[in-house]
Amino acid sequence: MADFEVVIGLEVHAQLKTESKLFCSCSTRFGSEPNENVCEVCSGMPGALPTLNAKAVEFAAKMGLAMNCNVSLGSIFERKNYFYPDSPNGYQISQLDNAICQNGYIEIPVGESTKRVGITRIQLENDAGKSIHSQAENLSYVDFNRTGVPLIEIVSDPDMRSAEQAVSYLKTLHSILLYLDICDGNMEEGSFRCDANVSLRPRGQEEFGTRVELKNMNSFRNVQRGIEYEIARQEDLILDGEEVVQETRLYNAEKNITASMRGKEEAHDYRYFPDPDLIPIKLTEEQVAGWKSELPELPLEKRARFESEFGLPEYDANLLTQDRAIAEYFEAAVGCFNNPKKLSNFMMGQFMRELNERSIAVADVALAPEHFAELVRIVEEGMISTKIGNDVLPELMEKGGSAEAFVKEKGMVQISDSSELESVVDEVIAENPSEAEAYRGGKHKLQSFFVGQVMRKTRGKANPALVNELLQKKL
Amino acid sequence: MSFLYDKSLSEIRSLLLAKELTVTEVVEACLKRIEETEPSVQALISVQAEEALEQARAMDEAGPNESKPLWGIPLTVKDLLCTKGTKTTCGSKILENFEPFYDAFAVAKLKEAGAVIIGKANMDEFAMGSSTENSAYKATKNPWDLNKVPGGSSGGSAACVTASQAFGSLGTDTGGSIRQPASLCGCVGLKPTYGLVSRRGMVAYGSSLDQIGPMTRSVEDNARLLQVIAGHDEKDSTSVDAPAADYLAALNRTDLKGLNVGLPKEFWAEGLDGEVESACRAAVAKLEELGAELVEVELPHSSYAIATYYIIAMAEASSNLARFDGVRYGYRSDEAENLLDIYVKSRSKGFGDEVQRRIMLGTYVLSSGYYDAYYKKAAQVRRLIREDYLKALEQCDVLVGPASPVTAWNVGELTSDPLKMYLMDIYTISLNLAGLPGLSLPVGLGADSNMPVGLQLLGKEFDEATLYSVASLLEEKTEQLGTPAGL
Ligand SMILES: [Zn+2]
Repeated sequence: MADFEVVIGLEVHAQLKTESKLFCSCSTRFGSEPNENVCEVCSGMPGALPTLNAKAVEFAAKMGLAMNCNVSLGSIFERKNYFYPDSPNGYQISQLDNAICQNGYIEIPVGESTKRVGITRIQLENDAGKSIHSQAENLSYVDFNRTGVPLIEIVSDPDMRSAEQAVSYLKTLHSILLYLDICDGNMEEGSFRCDANVSLRPRGQEEFGTRVELKNMNSFRNVQRGIEYEIARQEDLILDGEEVVQETRLYNAEKNITASMRGKEEAHDYRYFPDPDLIPIKLTEEQVAGWKSELPELPLEKRARFESEFGLPEYDANLLTQDRAIAEYFEAAVGCFNNPKKLSNFMMGQFMRELNERSIAVADVALAPEHFAELVRIVEEGMISTKIGNDVLPELMEKGGSAEAFVKEKGMVQISDSSELESVVDEVIAENPSEAEAYRGGKHKLQSFFVGQVMRKTRGKANPALVNELLQKKL
Repeated sequence: MSFLYDKSLSEIRSLLLAKELTVTEVVEACLKRIEETEPSVQALISVQAEEALEQARAMDEAGPNESKPLWGIPLTVKDLLCTKGTKTTCGSKILENFEPFYDAFAVAKLKEAGAVIIGKANMDEFAMGSSTENSAYKATKNPWDLNKVPGGSSGGSAACVTASQAFGSLGTDTGGSIRQPASLCGCVGLKPTYGLVSRRGMVAYGSSLDQIGPMTRSVEDNARLLQVIAGHDEKDSTSVDAPAADYLAALNRTDLKGLNVGLPKEFWAEGLDGEVESACRAAVAKLEELGAELVEVELPHSSYAIATYYIIAMAEASSNLARFDGVRYGYRSDEAENLLDIYVKSRSKGFGDEVQRRIMLGTYVLSSGYYDAYYKKAAQVRRLIREDYLKALEQCDVLVGPASPVTAWNVGELTSDPLKMYLMDIYTISLNLAGLPGLSLPVGLGADSNMPVGLQLLGKEFDEATLYSVASLLEEKTEQLGTPAGL
C-alpha cells in the first residue's frame, strides 16, 4: 500500500429512540406483530399528511451539537423519489443541502493520538419498511412497522485513511449516540447502519479516485473486513491496469467478499425537491442554546477527565467511558470508595465479563454502585480475598444488596485470626511431611502448594498474606 | 314555482329548525332530484342514498339541533375527499374500489356540523382537467346545455349544485378547479387562502397549490359552508392557525363606499371573449354604483403563470401519485409477473392519458440536469407572481376579472388539444401560485351563447370576508339565473 492512499467517507444511519414515528403518532416499538404499528400516514394512504415529531428534531440537533455542527434555524425536508414496496409513498422524506446540521467534526482515537474527521451534514429522514419474501408461496409480504421510524443520516467528509480509522470513527459515533441516549445502537437489529465510500488514489495526488459504495456491513468487525477487502480489490485492479468502476457493492460476511449490487448507470435519479406537505423546521437561537446546555459530557472528554482526575491509565479510561452507563456507574462507585484503580480492575474484569456473558446492560444490574464500591472496599480491607470478591460479584449483581452483609451471611469472611489459622497450617504440614521436607531442603516453590492446601481446608477464606507469613514461620 | 330542492341552504335550515320540514323529506327530495337529473347531467360518481336516509331518520328522531350549523342539510363532496367506509375514486380506475378508513378533515367538519353527505361528485381524474371529461366513470354535462362541458376539475360539484341535486358541494381548486366550473355552470365557488382549510384527507394533486372550497347556489350558502370547514388542523403542517373570521357577519355590508377595486389589465386583455367581457364589465359598473373606487393595476408576471403552474403542479403530482403503485390498495394488473410489472402494468392501465401525461412531464422537470432549468426557475417565478399580487393588493381591497376567458364549450371540443385546454385556466391559475383567495360569482348569461358568465373576485390573504361582502352586494344587484330550464 506504499503507492496508494486510501480515502474513506462514511454514511451512518442511526434510528432515533423516540416513542413515536417521525411523521405520525404510531409507536416505534421493535418486535410487534407485522403491520401492528401502522396508520394512514406511514402506510401511504391517499390524502394522508405528515406532521413532524418535535422530539426527533431535538435529537438530531443534539447529535449535531455533539459533533460541532452548525444547527440550521430553517432546514427543509425534501422528497427522495423511488419505487419500492416497502416505501409506501413512493418517496422517502429526507433532507439534502439544507439539512438540520452541517459542517461539523469529531475527534477520533487513532493509535496513541486523535484525528479530526469532518462531518458534512446530519439529515433527518424516515426509515423504510421491511419486505419479507416467501419462497414457498412465491409471494412477498411487506411490514410497515418500521416505515416512518426517525433516522438521522450522518455523512462524514472523506477523511478516513484506513479501515481501522473508519472503525474508530464508527465506534466514536456509536458511543456519542449512546451518551446522548438518542439511539439504542443495535447494529444487528439495524438501528445503527453504515455505508462506506471507498476509493484509492496515488499517494500525493489531490484528486479522488473512483469511489465504490459498500453496503451491508452489520458489525464493527464486518466494516473492518469489508473495507479491507475492498481496498485490496481496488489495489489489485489498479495494479493490473484495470479501472475501478463506480458502483454499489454488497459485503458478504460469510464469504468475506464484496459483490456488485448495481452500477452507475442503474443508479436511481431520486428527483429530490422540497416536500410541499411540510414547512421548514423553524428553530430559535434560544432553543439550540438550550439543547447545547443539556448535552452530557461526551466520551472523549470523560475519558480525559478519568485519566487526569482519577489517575487511571489510558487503557482503563478508554474502556470505562465507552458506555455512558458504565462510566456513570463507575463514577458513582468512586464517590463511595475513593480507590479508582481497584474499582476499575473489578469493573473491567468480572463486572464486564458478567455483563457480556448474560448479555445485559448496566441498567439491568441490581447491585447499586455504593454496594459495588463496598465489595471492592472489603477486598481492600482484607475482609475477603480478591478471589472471593470475584466469586460473589455475579450473584450480587443479580440480587443486589450490601456486599458486607452478604459475605458475612454466607460465612465467607476471611480468617485473619492467626491462632485459628495456625492450627490449620500445623495440620497441613503434618499431613504432608515429604513436601515439608523438600521445602526445607530448598524447594521454596512448594510454598504455593501449602497455601493451596490451607485455602482448601478453609474453603478459600484464609487471609493469604497471613497464611504465607505463618507458613514461613512454621516451615 | 319553487320546488323544495330549489330553496337555498339558509331557507332549508330555517324550515328544518322550525320543524316545518323533516330531514327525511329534504333528503328524499334531493334523492328524487338526483334520480330525475342524473341520467342527463351525470354529476355524481356515487350516491349514498341508504346511508343518507338512515342518518336522516335518526336525526328526525333526535329532533332539530340549532347548535349544528348544517343540521340536516344534504351536501355532496368531490370524489377526492376521503369518506370513511365510502368509495373515494378520484375519478380514476386505479382507485375504483378504494374505501378510505378515515374522513378528510373537511368532511369530518361537515358531518360534525350535522350535514348529510348524499353523494360523491364526479371530477377529472385526480383533478387533472378543465372539463370533467377526464373521468374514468362519466363525463359530466353542463346543466344549462347538456351538449356543453361543466368546466373542471370540480365539474361534478358545480353541475350537482346548479342542477339542485344538493344544497352545496365541496370542490377543490389547484389551478381554478372550483372557480372555473362555478363560472361555466353559474354557481358560486370559492377557493380559500392556501392554509385556511386543512388538506388532510384530500387526495393530493399539487400539494402546494391545492385548496378545498365550497360551491353553492348563493353567496350566503357559500359563507355558511366555509365557516364550518375553515380552521386550524394541527395534523396538516400547511394549515394556518389564523383567528376565525365571521363570514356571515360580512354579508351585512350595505354599500362599497371606501372600497378600492383593482382591475388587473392583464385580465382584461386580448384573448378574452367579447360576451364574457361585456357581462363582466357590466358587473364592474355595478360595483362602481355601489360606491367602489375602480383602480387599474398590473400583474406583470402573469404571462408566465401557465408555464410556472404546470411545472410546479406536474412535478408535485408526479411524486404525489407515486403511492398508487398497485401494492397496497387500488387497481393491480392481473397480468403482472414481477415487481416492475406490477408498477408498469398497474399504472399504465389504472391511470388515464392526461394523468400519465402529467406524471411524465412532472418526472421530466425534476430529473437530474433539468431541475434547475424547470422546477427551480418555476419556484423563483412563482415568488415574483405572488409579489405582483401583494403589490396590487396594497392599493386595492379586491381585484376583479373574468373567471374564464370563454363560456362553456362543447363536449369533446378540446379533448384532443391539451395545450388549448390548459389555456382555459389562464385567469384562475396565478392565484393558486400566489396562495390567495378567489371567488367566482355568476353575473349573467353570455349575449351570444346564453351560457353563464362568472366574475372573479380576488382578495388579500385570509380576507375571504371582504370577498363575501362584495359578492353578496353584487349578487343582490344581479338578476338571478335560477334553475336551468328543461332539467
Ligand atoms: Zn403511522
